[in-house]
Amino acid sequence: MMSDPVVHRVAAATPPRLAHRIRGLSDRTIAWLFVAPTIFLLLAVNIFPLIWTIRLSLTNFRTNRPNNEVEFVGIENYRRILTDEDTWTSLQATAHFLIWTILLQVLIGFALAYLINKKFRGNDLWTTLIVLPMMLSPAVVGNFWTFLYQPQIGLFNYFVQFLTGADPASFSMIGEVRLAPWSIVIVDTWMWTPFVMLICLAGLRSIPASLYEAAECDRASKWRQFWTITIPMALPFLMLAVLFRGIENFKMFDLVVQLTGGGPGSTTLLTSIDLKREAFEKWRTGYASAYAVILFVTVFGLASIYVKALNKVKDR
Amino acid sequence: MSSYSITEPSVRQKWIAGILVVGYAILTLIPLIWIIATGFKTPSDAIAYPPKVLFSPSLEGYVNLFTSRTRLAPEDLAALGEPTTWYDRIVRGYDMVITGPSRYGERFMNSVVIGFGSTFLSVFLGTIAAYAFSRFKVPLKDDLLFFILSTRMMPPIAVAIPIFLMYRELGLNDTQLGMILLYTAVNLSLSVWLLKGFIDEIPVEYEEAALIDGYTRFQAFYKVVLPQAATGIASTAIFCLIFAWNEYAFAALLTSGTAQTAPPFIPTIIGAGGKDWPAVAAGATLFLVPIMVFTILLRKHLLRGITFGAVRK
Repeated sequence: MMSDPVVHRVAAATPPRLAHRIRGLSDRTIAWLFVAPTIFLLLAVNIFPLIWTIRLSLTNFRTNRPNNEVEFVGIENYRRILTDEDTWTSLQATAHFLIWTILLQVLIGFALAYLINKKFRGNDLWTTLIVLPMMLSPAVVGNFWTFLYQPQIGLFNYFVQFLTGADPASFSMIGEVRLAPWSIVIVDTWMWTPFVMLICLAGLRSIPASLYEAAECDRASKWRQFWTITIPMALPFLMLAVLFRGIENFKMFDLVVQLTGGGPGSTTLLTSIDLKREAFEKWRTGYASAYAVILFVTVFGLASIYVKALNKVKDR
Repeated sequence: MSSYSITEPSVRQKWIAGILVVGYAILTLIPLIWIIATGFKTPSDAIAYPPKVLFSPSLEGYVNLFTSRTRLAPEDLAALGEPTTWYDRIVRGYDMVITGPSRYGERFMNSVVIGFGSTFLSVFLGTIAAYAFSRFKVPLKDDLLFFILSTRMMPPIAVAIPIFLMYRELGLNDTQLGMILLYTAVNLSLSVWLLKGFIDEIPVEYEEAALIDGYTRFQAFYKVVLPQAATGIASTAIFCLIFAWNEYAFAALLTSGTAQTAPPFIPTIIGAGGKDWPAVAAGATLFLVPIMVFTILLRKHLLRGITFGAVRK
């Protein structure tokens, strides 16, 4: 807590006229003074780069050849990206990743929230322990999962052998075209299910007990109560969780780049990883900028449509 | 509430729910326990088949994490005489000597400086901006707030290209200051939104009373509002710190030598003849355990904050 002496000391250390001016600032001035640094920093680090990206996207600029003449190429970069087979391959990989992670996380997350909401003893401690994976650095954890996924010696493969009897040396989760897309789905689900769970839990806790009591009086079965009270009331929260996971996983980079690096081949080459290769390995800056703009517009567009739908559900 | 409610789950239901949740929790914690355990294994124990649950603990991983070593010919080793310290002895076991400290300490310190620096800045700027948005008529308020939020939808890689070019011009590439400013900007959106929610909850009447008592706006802000918002500010700070601590994409692209943080460094740790998993696990343990302890100790505020940030609006 700020106490009197500090104020006096600050006041004493400030020249009287300046002190008077600071104390006498109008609300309007203070409002601007308080908001300006935030707006300035966001303009400098977010909006200015975005405008620069759009400008670069219309040129053939390459960062590794600063002396080349920069030519204005119009929408050529955009045309090339949208007609490139590889773009669609990486969008497919992203779609597979998005659909399965969201599906699994919503199912498991909701189920866990439903169970935790039964308020058994010690549920808050166990909730915290379940939340731990999502608090940790995805890159560091993702890197360690490559160890768990090792054929023969990996703990995951051993676990699969324990469950199914399959030879742990006979398959490699991150090395095989068939399995790699699932390896990233598993780790992302492990890491981010708790997030969906917490939002669902907030949703379930917001349902007034009186609704269930009324249903109980009307002799509605538990099954019916679940479908006519629990699900509709929790739906806006579920949709919100889907929105957040959707945006986050569309941007997904750190976890997957450490797990598979986009391989084998381009089976797990999510758009962010593809973009990173174009921008920082092939150094096709103009092309990559156009790619970035397309991705941003896609996320923004999808999110806006989705938010509209979400608001409709909320208003019901 | 009455002591008995018809909607209260039965004892049997509680037991079933409890067993399922605890089962999931144990399953989900195994990878984390495995990281910590692997840090205390010898390299040969770490890659044993079947995976070793019981093993005699060793500090080899930690020694390898903090030192760089080189292999010597047996006659050179013999010329050196007996090892003097316990870590020398471990290294000698592999016909090696310690040549100096590794980079891990520096990387870890970079993470600390950049994490705390950016947290302080984003909470400071976020608090005053949130106060202004909450209490004053700011022109285009809703547009500005939405603009602040929308900056979070950008994929980091998309912004990284021009930031990379901009930082190169300004000499901010691979500096702690550059990373602090960047993480501050990324965290600001979250910080403004969270804090605006906390400050909105403080009744305006408190400040009005203070203003009538002859306080200036500034005094009213830091003597009345700040203490009231302390819990909110603290939990916002934790979120900002966790983000900055864990961030990888910007760190991997914009830092390489001097300002590199731990997340891009830890995966690059290698030993003689392949990946030194105990050293990697030791590095990961030291990096992850503080956050785990934090989460468990501060669970009340943290868990509320996660849902609060997402559910409001």
